[in-house]
Amino acid sequence: METLERIIAEHAFFAGMEPAYTELLAGCASNVRFKAGDYIIREGDEAKTFYLIREGEATVEIGVPHRKPIIVSTLGEGEILGWSWLLPPYVWKFNVRAIGGMRAFALDGKCLRTKCEENHDLGYELLKRFAQIIESRLEAARFQLLDIYSAR
Amino acid sequence: MMPCPYVVRQVVKETPDTFTLTLAPQNGEQHGAFKPGQFSMLWVFGVGELPISISGDPGERDRLVYTVRSVGQATQALVSRHAGDDVGVRGPYGTGWPIDAARGRDVIIVAGGIGLAPLRPVIYSVLRRRKDFGRLVVLYGARSPHELLYRKELAAWGRHSEAQVLSTVDYGGLSWRGHVGVVTTLFKYARFQPAHSVAMVCGPEIMMRFVTRELEARGLSREDIYLSMERNMKCAVGFCGHCQYGPYFICRDGPVFPYDPIRPLLEKYEL
Amino acid sequence: MAERTQAILEASQFPHLIEALARRGYQVIGPTLRDGAIVYDAIESAAELPAGWTDEQEPGRYRVKPREDGALFGYSVGPQSWKKYLHPPDVSLWTAERQNGVFRILNNPSPPRRPYAFLGVRSCELAAIQVQDKVLLGGPQSDPIYQARRENVFIVAVQCTQAAATCFCASMATGPRAKAGFDLALTELLGEQRHQFLVETGTARGGEVLAELAAAPATAEARQAADAAVETAARGQVRRIDTAGIKDLLYHGFEHPRWEQTAERCLSCANCTMVCPTCFCTTVEDVSGVTGDRAERRRRWDSCFTLSFSYIHGGSVRASGKARYRQWLTHKLAAWIDQFGCSGCVGCGRCITWCPVGIDITLEAAAIRETSNHGNS
Repeated sequence: METLERIIAEHAFFAGMEPAYTELLAGCASNVRFKAGDYIIREGDEAKTFYLIREGEATVEIGVPHRKPIIVSTLGEGEILGWSWLLPPYVWKFNVRAIGGMRAFALDGKCLRTKCEENHDLGYELLKRFAQIIESRLEAARFQLLDIYSAR
Repeated sequence: MMPCPYVVRQVVKETPDTFTLTLAPQNGEQHGAFKPGQFSMLWVFGVGELPISISGDPGERDRLVYTVRSVGQATQALVSRHAGDDVGVRGPYGTGWPIDAARGRDVIIVAGGIGLAPLRPVIYSVLRRRKDFGRLVVLYGARSPHELLYRKELAAWGRHSEAQVLSTVDYGGLSWRGHVGVVTTLFKYARFQPAHSVAMVCGPEIMMRFVTRELEARGLSREDIYLSMERNMKCAVGFCGHCQYGPYFICRDGPVFPYDPIRPLLEKYEL
Repeated sequence: MAERTQAILEASQFPHLIEALARRGYQVIGPTLRDGAIVYDAIESAAELPAGWTDEQEPGRYRVKPREDGALFGYSVGPQSWKKYLHPPDVSLWTAERQNGVFRILNNPSPPRRPYAFLGVRSCELAAIQVQDKVLLGGPQSDPIYQARRENVFIVAVQCTQAAATCFCASMATGPRAKAGFDLALTELLGEQRHQFLVETGTARGGEVLAELAAAPATAEARQAADAAVETAARGQVRRIDTAGIKDLLYHGFEHPRWEQTAERCLSCANCTMVCPTCFCTTVEDVSGVTGDRAERRRRWDSCFTLSFSYIHGGSVRASGKARYRQWLTHKLAAWIDQFGCSGCVGCGRCITWCPVGIDITLEAAAIRETSNHGNS
């Protein structure tokens, strides 16, 4: 676990986090791999896992009846896949699919939630990071919505 | 201040509404040199005149290349030209991209939509003298896959050493398997030395505001960021007054501006 | 420059001034009364001058009224300025023809025109000409049309001896006394059995014209009377703009609530830009003949108040009236300084008089200054 803890601490999401916390979190973590085209997350499934991309890319998609799913964004190295495991009702809202081979950390969602309830300081550290990511994704989503390249 | 007669050599359709015209001087002479970032006033006989950025290789002295998006009567007249038709050309006008300032440094090109057209001459210049520059990073965003310009060239540029060319689209559609998201989402993949880079940005104004914020967040200083601005133009020589942007005449003090003096103006709505 | 001389010319001799200019080949442009206004036009004789007429000006109001003393220049400024001649409102730039799909620009030399002699140039108007000199001749390129007309202009200035209610040249440091830039300057002296002009030369050729007139040397009394008369014009001004720090005031006042208030009154009619002697914006229009083998480019006055002025990509950058009024005022009083090293406003007051709703540039500037000073910097 010591090696995994060190590698986890190097992931962009945990930058600047106290070693005591990364040690706590490493206890919930494991390494996972996906092949090109694997669904990592499926819309409607119970959200049990916190994924952090180590290497490779994934697309966030929405399934549309009778058609291939529409890609709404692409995520890459250093990014996290979602936070539905953190907030009720703990259900995934999108599909996420690997493009090419992908390596990621998978942290058990329930394990993490329990540790955060027990240690609010840890919880605050995590939530600060999520807030930053959500803000930047919201900004990007709004920018995307503006349809700035269309001819008026 | 009168148009010179040029002849259309070739018209290439880039996207459903965007075309690249290659023009050559009618008398067979070489054109006057231009600096990447400058524009010409292109005239269609009896229809009107438009400012269009020069989008070709400054090293090719026998032709001038323009990528034009058809959005109105005058642009439609321009893109409807056929090989052999005449077009009047005035210029080049305006300020150019800071290629000299970028020597020895990483060059970051961030383009949105047709904004890649005025930046393409920079890419040609950098690749022509590859050793004079550091890494070349091109981040390009468009609305959808079939609105990406110069796709073959983008792939070719990406194959050069120490060059990174990344594209993204706002809407992927059904068969696009490339990156989806606004152009700022490409920064996480870009490799450059922030303290040793020059960034050149061109695209819709909103896009340039988001991108400059991202560049600063990634450690570039304001003095190393340049934008290309656009306004209505009639004379292109600082007399008609149409292109004023605060105290600046975009035809003469721009279109390329360093970010710092422009920054307070970018935030002003309806300036 | 030749030393300045001063002389006295009797009003009865005035027609000879016009004749002397005509003899030298100038086309004399001077004030004349037409359609209820004192306008500038080609004149052949002194009989066409608006003798015995004055003007009354208020925001949105202009009237001519008779006066009893027969003054030749007893008014302030009319709706037009000399810009009409130096920077013409509608002019052909070039024509082109097209044969076998190849076009050729025809360098039609414009027909030779007589140089202008401007008779009756006010100090504010002289300042406006000098401002336009900076705009159209002072940059990396010169406007050839303005240059051709400006080069040979003979200027007979007239010192103001009264101010209209809309005048504020004193606060803009552009008058009421014209000090330089003229060939001759006249001050009309009126009194009991007196109608004379104190004539001052400004250039050698001004002196040559004066030499052809039956003028007597100026007396000290005439000089004093002239000074006093111009002083009356200065003291009579009821409006002013405080120009201290006005550039930064307007730049920082971009979001000032005053713009919204004034925008509700402004009609975007563009009168102010048409009558303003320094406004220089133009547009070009390409016209082609019916057969499609001849084309012409014409240049016309334009105004930043129109929606098409800032049109790009299917819309105007300044879509709201508020943005356009703000652009005009900020350019005139602030950005102009960065662009040309001087203010764009010469205090002639025409924009106040000719605004149909009487928007007053001096009040606008004061309003922005006042609430900005109260802790809003």
